[in-house]
Amino acid sequence: MADTTTVTVNIRRRPSISDPQGATVARALRDLGHNVSDVRIDKTIELQVPPGDPDSIRAAVTEMCEKLLANPVMEDFEIVINP
Amino acid sequence: MKTAVVVFPGSNCEHDVVYALEGLGGSADLVWHRDTDLSGYDSVVLPGGFAHGDYLRTGAIARFSPVMAEVNRLAASGAPVLGICNGFQILCEAGLLPGVLLQNRDLKFICKPIHLRVESTNSILTRAAHVGDVLEIPLNSYEGNFTAAPDELASLESAGQVPLRYSDASGSVDETNNPNGSTNNIAAVSSGNVAGIMPHPERAIESILGSADGRILLESFLQSKVSSHV
Repeated sequence: MADTTTVTVNIRRRPSISDPQGATVARALRDLGHNVSDVRIDKTIELQVPPGDPDSIRAAVTEMCEKLLANPVMEDFEIVINP
Repeated sequence: MKTAVVVFPGSNCEHDVVYALEGLGGSADLVWHRDTDLSGYDSVVLPGGFAHGDYLRTGAIARFSPVMAEVNRLAASGAPVLGICNGFQILCEAGLLPGVLLQNRDLKFICKPIHLRVESTNSILTRAAHVGDVLEIPLNSYEGNFTAAPDELASLESAGQVPLRYSDASGSVDETNNPNGSTNNIAAVSSGNVAGIMPHPERAIESILGSADGRILLESFLQSKVSSHV
């Protein structure tokens, strides 16, 4: 059994929240001749946690997201527990 | 009134705030973010800077600094609590003010004097000012673009919780004089005895600095008494 479990947290801005960085990159890609209608740049956070029951890992990481890792005003999060 | 000016690792406007408040007749001390006793203070300023390196999101880590339990206690007791620039971002993350500060619309760090129109005097920032006053104050931020959920915005606006908006020198408020994309040109937000402002009034207190228009805002803060429910 592995020493730790890797948990990936994807934090995405809500669609209603503007992403000026993504918009700038989209313009640059179009300037380079690529057919790109939209770009969103988001965050990935990778955590190493003690192995355990996936439900309790998910509950713990959800609390981390709600408290610190994501801002519920502007961001949604998705938790992926890697096997 | 004695003011605690909180110093986080990465704060950089704390000395200016103390200088400004004392120049206006106030009394202020620097307080380290690990202090857990603010019983000697009846008001708080969270100054500008880059608390905890702005890592993760601006203010996201600062809101869990040990001193914040005391800041929350003082805010709940009715004491004036003011966040300037990064301090505004921290108050939003801490839930003491609604909304969030996003990156500037044009992804530029903005450092220049801008104009603000006083929209309401019902705040610890503007109680000594007059509606329609136009102030020239330096803006110095990368994440100054205020937004909030639509229902929160509507309630902020209908309750008159926007004391200051970005304007031109004549006080006209529209998108052409919105420096950073802030929703409805919002430059400051108020919630009872708590307020946040993105520009820096403490850098505009003497005409030799180019403007003394920040005085009226800090005088308002100093005049705000505990539990006055401005």
